[in-house]
Parts: sequence; structure tokens; C-alpha cells
Amino acid sequence: MWTTETPATLITFPKTQLKACGIVTLQVNTGYGCNQTCRHCHVAGGPERTEMLGVETIDTILGILKNYDIKTLDITGGAPELNPNLGYLIGKARKIVNRVIVRTNLTVLLEEAMLGFAAFYRDNGVELIASLPHYTQDMVDRVRGKGVFYKSIHVLRQLNEMGFGTGLLTLNLVYNPQGAFLPPSQHIIEEQFRSELFEKHSVRFDNLYTICNVPIGRFADFLRRSGNYGRYMERLASAFNLGTLDGVMCRRLVSVGWDGSLYDCDFNQAAQLKLDGDCPQHVRNFDYDVLAGREITTAPHCLACTAGQGSTCTGSTCADSTCSGSAPVLRDGNSMSSSG
Amino acid sequence: MSDYYNDEDLDRFGEVGKYNPELFRKFMDWYNASLKAGTLTKREKVLIGLAVAHTIQCPYCIDAYTRSCLEEGMGLDHMTEAVHVASAVRGGASLIHCLQAHNSVDKVSM
Repeated sequence: MWTTETPATLITFPKTQLKACGIVTLQVNTGYGCNQTCRHCHVAGGPERTEMLGVETIDTILGILKNYDIKTLDITGGAPELNPNLGYLIGKARKIVNRVIVRTNLTVLLEEAMLGFAAFYRDNGVELIASLPHYTQDMVDRVRGKGVFYKSIHVLRQLNEMGFGTGLLTLNLVYNPQGAFLPPSQHIIEEQFRSELFEKHSVRFDNLYTICNVPIGRFADFLRRSGNYGRYMERLASAFNLGTLDGVMCRRLVSVGWDGSLYDCDFNQAAQLKLDGDCPQHVRNFDYDVLAGREITTAPHCLACTAGQGSTCTGSTCADSTCSGSAPVLRDGNSMSSSG
Repeated sequence: MSDYYNDEDLDRFGEVGKYNPELFRKFMDWYNASLKAGTLTKREKVLIGLAVAHTIQCPYCIDAYTRSCLEEGMGLDHMTEAVHVASAVRGGASLIHCLQAHNSVDKVSM
């Protein structure tokens, strides 16, 4: 059990034999290039990043999708749209798997060379997961940059007009906390998002996913710079919830980095945390059976996925955020949810 | 000690129980039970906590309940409105005592 005496550097993920149970999703990172430099970005994406998924690796990925029963291709970045091979990947993959998801930052769709992507997504039945950390301008611009909120709203309205988020095509949004604190209950904040975005901006969407900020990359830099790192790690540790372990995404997903390297998730990829020793480390050595039953490599940042209601790339994993108590643990073993 | 209030002390709250663990445990049980969602939601309860924290002007409580409000998805707009309510009630409480002054004046005046 952690206590507030535990230095943040000593906080570790509890020793659980976390094992994969199949591969439902192949999550592919197309590179770290992005038109934004969000303050919480775990891959520290930005315009200066040049890492990019190439055609040769894409062909290997398509071969994997063809040969194995993997139902979902989940494409992330950076901004996937900035990879010139994205259209090729989606076009081919759409003929193989039932479900293709693209994680878009929305504003990239306003860049001149990217204007056709929304229609391309519509024509290929791509599901969109769009980042919008809050329904207010102040909160969004604070995290994602000045002017991002209204640009995002503009694109969301365009997507609605094309049928996304209206029952025809899927448009899900992602909430993440705007600082060093845990996300609220997914269903409560979803209802707020729905009414605020519709009443104030005529924007509709399907589901809202709450994702906990993972203490790596640019978010870890923020935590250290602002003196919040220790307390945030303690908050994650004290909110550890056994009930989330079944649903954590790494158990049913394999992550492919922009260079074809394999990881347990996009966060381990950003942290350069390799797969368990016996596993293939690159798409060209992909072995479904080994990967589908692998032991997950964990690190302290994994606590972000197991805190409170849990957090995955598709939102919370456990309706009961208090399965093992979500309150901080005090040094004498007592706990409290808010103190003063 | 250079400051009367240290934010690190918020995490040391458990030390209050050192010399009387039984009473502290009773307090903590009561405290945690009162904050659990019931007829009121957790969200409503932490907002009440924030308002009270400002009324009693406890920096530890303000710090703790501000975070709780953020974790319940509330922003500065919600929190500011709640603090205005607390401040207005507190202001009203002072103002109503003006009638005590009026009564006193009446008592001694011809």
C-alpha cells in the first residue's frame, strides 16, 4: 500500500500478472508530427517532429490484418492526417477489417492540404475519435493552444453536416483533465458535454470518452516543472482500482510504432518500454499466438489507466470507481477523499 | 518555520490521529461517509465543500476541494459561482445584524 511518505520515485505499478487475452485491436501510430503542441501530449507531438510511418511498414501491417482475425485498426499519431500514406493505409485496411478508427485533433482538417480528409473518412466509413478536452474555450485553449476551441467547433459542425455524430457515422469525443487531476465520472461529464455543445454550438456527437493524463512525455514535463509530479503520482497510486484491470486496453491491443516496433500500448511506445522479452519486437516478426498471451510490461505510468474508474483509449473501464477505494491513503492507513 | 500554512501539511492530515487514533478514526469514518454520493451527488457535495471552505477561509480545504471540483468535471465558472453564493450568504449574515444595531438604537432612543 502506498502512503504519502512514499517518494514519487518509489511508486511502482503493483505486482500483478497482467496478461493479454487476445488481440482485438491493432493500434498504429503514424508518426509524431502534429500541427498542435498540446501540453498534455504523451508523445510530445508537434510540427518539428519528423518520425513517420512508411509504406513498407504499412504493407507489413496490412499483411498482418489479412492473415489474422484482428477486428479493429485504430490509427493514432501525432496527427495521422499529416502522414502522406494515411489514405493508402485506410483504403487498403477498409477492405480487410470491419472497423477503422482515426484519432483526429480536428484542427488539422482545416489545413489546406487536408481539406478532403473529412469526405474521405465519410466515404470509407471511418470512425472518428476527436480530442476535445472540455466544452469551454478557456479550458481547451489552455491545454491545446490559443484558438483551438473555436477551430475544433467549426470542424465538428462540418463533420455533423456530413453525417458524423448524427447516427449515420460515428464521432466520439475525448475528454482529458486540464491539469494534474483525475477525470470526472464519464457518464456525468458526457451529459454535460452533450447539452453544452448542442445548446451553445449546435454540435452533436456519439460518446464521450474520459482519458486520464499519463505522466510521460510533455505532460510529465509539465508535472515536474510545476512541482506537481509527486502529488500526481500519489493521487494515481492511491486511486488504484483492482476493478479496472480486466478492461485495460493493453490486454486486447497491440501497439505499432511509426518504425514498426511493437509495444503493449501507445504510452509504452512513447516511453520506449519494450514488450516482454519473449515477444517479437517488430511487425515483420509478428507472432499472433505469442502476442495474444503475452505478459504486459508495466511501469509507474500504468497507474494512470488503473486509477478510479480506469482509463483506456475508449474511455473508462469500470463503472464503480471505488472498487478498492479511490481516496488518497494517509500514512496511518486512514483515507479521505477530500481533506481540509 | 517561515509560514503558518504549508501545502505539504495537507498530506500529513493523518498525523492528527497520532495521539488519539480512536477519535480520529471516528472523524474519518464520518467524514468519508458524509462525502459519499447519496440523495446529493458527489458533485453537489464537493461544491458545498468548496463553498464552506471559503466561508471558513481554510487554505487546506480550498486546495483540496478545488481539486475535487476539477475531478468532478467542474471549471472555474462553477467554482466562482459557488464562492459567490457562500460570500453572499456570509455578507447577508453580517448585514442582517444591522437590525441588532437598529434595535439597540431604538432601545436607547427617545
